[in-house]
Amino acid sequence: MKALMFGWEFPPHILGGLGTASYGLTKGMWECGDMDITFVIPKPHGDEERHFANIIGMSQVPVCWRDVNREYVQERIGNVMDPDFYFRLRDHIYADFNYMRTNDLGCIEFSGRYPDNLVEEINNYSICAGVIARTIDYDVIHSHDWLTYPAGIHAKQVSGKPLVIHVHATEFDRSRGKPNPTVFGIEKDGMNNADHIITVSNLTRDTVINNYGIDPAKVTTVHNAVTPLTPEQLNVPHHKSKDKVVTFLGRITMQKGPEYFVEAAYKVLKNNPNVRFVMAGSGDMMNKMILLAAERGISDRFHFPGFQRGSQVYEMLKASDVYVMPSVSEPFGISPLEAMQMGVPSIISKQSGCAEILTNVIKTDYWDIDAMADAINSIVTYPAMYTQLKEDGLNEVNQITWDKAGKKVIDIYNKVLGR
Amino acid sequence: MKAICFYFQIHQPFRLKRYRFFDIGNDHYYYDDFANDDIITRIAERSYIPAAQSLLKMIEDTKGAFKCALSITGTALEQFEQYVPEFIDILKKLAATGCVEFLAETYAHSLASLSDPEEFANQVKAHDNKIKELFGQSPKVLRNTELIYCDDLAPQILEMGYKGVITEGAKHILGWKSPNYVYSAASAPKLKILLKNDKFSGDISDRFSNTSWDEYPLTADKYMSWIASTPEDQQIINLFMNLEVFGDFQPRETGIFQFLEALPRFAAEKGIEFWTPSTAVSKLKAVDSLPVLHPISWADEARDTSAWLGNKLQNEAFNKLYSVSERVRLCEDRRLKQDWNYLQAADHFFYMSTKNMHDGSVHSQFSPYDTPFDAFTNYMNVLADFIVRVEEQYPMSIDNEELSSLLTTIRNQEREIETLNREAESMRKNIEHFNEEHLLREKEAEKSAAPKAKKTAPKAKKASAPKKASAKKSSEVKAAE
Repeated sequence: MKALMFGWEFPPHILGGLGTASYGLTKGMWECGDMDITFVIPKPHGDEERHFANIIGMSQVPVCWRDVNREYVQERIGNVMDPDFYFRLRDHIYADFNYMRTNDLGCIEFSGRYPDNLVEEINNYSICAGVIARTIDYDVIHSHDWLTYPAGIHAKQVSGKPLVIHVHATEFDRSRGKPNPTVFGIEKDGMNNADHIITVSNLTRDTVINNYGIDPAKVTTVHNAVTPLTPEQLNVPHHKSKDKVVTFLGRITMQKGPEYFVEAAYKVLKNNPNVRFVMAGSGDMMNKMILLAAERGISDRFHFPGFQRGSQVYEMLKASDVYVMPSVSEPFGISPLEAMQMGVPSIISKQSGCAEILTNVIKTDYWDIDAMADAINSIVTYPAMYTQLKEDGLNEVNQITWDKAGKKVIDIYNKVLGR
Repeated sequence: MKAICFYFQIHQPFRLKRYRFFDIGNDHYYYDDFANDDIITRIAERSYIPAAQSLLKMIEDTKGAFKCALSITGTALEQFEQYVPEFIDILKKLAATGCVEFLAETYAHSLASLSDPEEFANQVKAHDNKIKELFGQSPKVLRNTELIYCDDLAPQILEMGYKGVITEGAKHILGWKSPNYVYSAASAPKLKILLKNDKFSGDISDRFSNTSWDEYPLTADKYMSWIASTPEDQQIINLFMNLEVFGDFQPRETGIFQFLEALPRFAAEKGIEFWTPSTAVSKLKAVDSLPVLHPISWADEARDTSAWLGNKLQNEAFNKLYSVSERVRLCEDRRLKQDWNYLQAADHFFYMSTKNMHDGSVHSQFSPYDTPFDAFTNYMNVLADFIVRVEEQYPMSIDNEELSSLLTTIRNQEREIETLNREAESMRKNIEHFNEEHLLREKEAEKSAAPKAKKTAPKAKKASAPKKASAKKSSEVKAAE
């Protein structure tokens, strides 16, 4: 079966969980066999893993005809695209886009991030998608998250192939219930046009059904999974601390509930001074959190190391005794699973999607700072609690593999194709 | 000649309230009074009271031919006294019929037998006293917490004066043997063992109302014919279950009470008698000795102690608890002792089980906590506070042995002070007596010669000297402490 997937992020250049999940799912589907997947991203860097999917970069898709020779194309974009494919794409330009700002190859530039003119970039992405949709052959279209829904709809209109959209998050999660109307509109449009909707948790499924008014029969939950860690990731240097370390790792934004972590830390430190708290990551609430920690008088025990990239994440986890994810609304939340893979006991909020599939973690309401503080204290104080969660958690998370999720997605493809 | 030996278990723990770690050292009350009151009142209404009334009726209707045994933990009795005193009255009525035997068990429904023989003995003794005080019986047969039994326990049980012990007819212990005989303990041949007939007990307690069971519906007639059709020489069918089976696990509307009340009639038709456990152990000879190397119990599929001590959390909590047992025994504080009892209830460990599948659902059904991790955290917080209180009693820098000898010295000195005080008291009396006599004599002397009266003053001073000496002695003793 041939699938055309539209995504926004792809490892190793990722900004959040979307890239990790897209990568894992694609690989998991490929492992199920008999899948030919084309994965489209805004801007490839050439160091992506390509053996399980054909990766196309939108920034190499021509929308205006340019008279260039093969050598030139090879020299310009040979590292990310086969020149022959470039010419095939060039043959399928479907309208005159010369009014747009294009480069010497007739391509639109993409940042591949989340710039201020995001809506414009989404629109450009959709324009390019039209070219791809006319060029290649596929059975089903799969759009990851709202940024790519317009592209998916475009491809569906061009080819008449069924559209599956994958909801990794909704605007309601990102905005704590005050959605941006433009984003909501794009999401709603995508859902209406989709033949089937995949959500990453039942929590998200409920949001899609209740807040977007979608027929429940059209929405299926496929929980995310984790990719096993490589030996390099597992064997990162271990920085042993004399004190117990409790870690928050993620974007410091409203959605992630960082203030509850600070308040819980304050409660723990009142009774148990031998603990250190780390809030790793960056975000628009970071300065507010630094102020809050200072206000509570715990700055000497509360640290902000900033954004962690690559192996730093694993080093951070390895040095931690407890991982906390107090998200107010988390469609899935892959990071506690990664912490569990590193053998770190995790505390997660009941309002996160991964709570639906995990048992060897402690679940509290995000607002219940008493319960959270109690759980933190329990893990750092009672060795049995620590080892029980660590060992059983590791066993549990090793069972959550992407091929199982991939199988479910393939079943959904078969369903929409009427096979 | 066949007999049925019925035994019903009644137990409720003192459930703990939500106890946060910042309560440690601040709040020394650990119990969820509302939940405890609510649960025991509800179960008593639904099950204990109607079931006990059924038993009473059966005894009266059969003119004493129906007999059974009850085992009630001390913590359950305390809760009944507190919340459902009318049930105690019914139990007393049952005791007065002479057809109900009360079994010995651990006061707190504890797992002390697995780690602390002294604590185990103390608790069984405390429970015996409670039974004697309430129902006027001295138990002869022991039922350890959750039917836990192994060879290591047998000699101690025998030494404590029990003739028999009740335990599970676990398949892995019995092998091809039948539970329908009396066995003797391998490590103490004089101690007899009664084994639960798992099939017949389960028919009532688990399967009675199960509509997908191929024998559904179970009638008293059919049930008794099954028992009657067991081989001729199998003389005793032990039916052990919780009393909550009647009315709670099997709700009233399933007809469980009618089933129970009909049993004696059909038993009589088939010539089956009802015996109490002590009748069974005194009437029947042991057919064989039964070795039990590892502890067995009646809980979970495995029928071992993994329901309470199956994972790291449970073992950690258990070991922490019993690490202070010796110290607690040295303490005198009554509230501390009470908490010590309540915290030992096996239920607290049961809630911490991380088993899944069928066993897991049984564990979570009874647990007041959402997850085993919650159960552990809450219990450990309470235990941490409890241990702080134990440590406050006597400094931890002194080890148990030293403390024990110091306490002995103090007690000896107390006794000495008491004797000395008594001595001083009698001296004082003597002196008073002497003074009185002296006064009398003086009066006589005054009458005879007035100028001699001056001599009395210095003598009175001398008389008060021994008093001072005794006071000094006692202050010296205090300094020695």
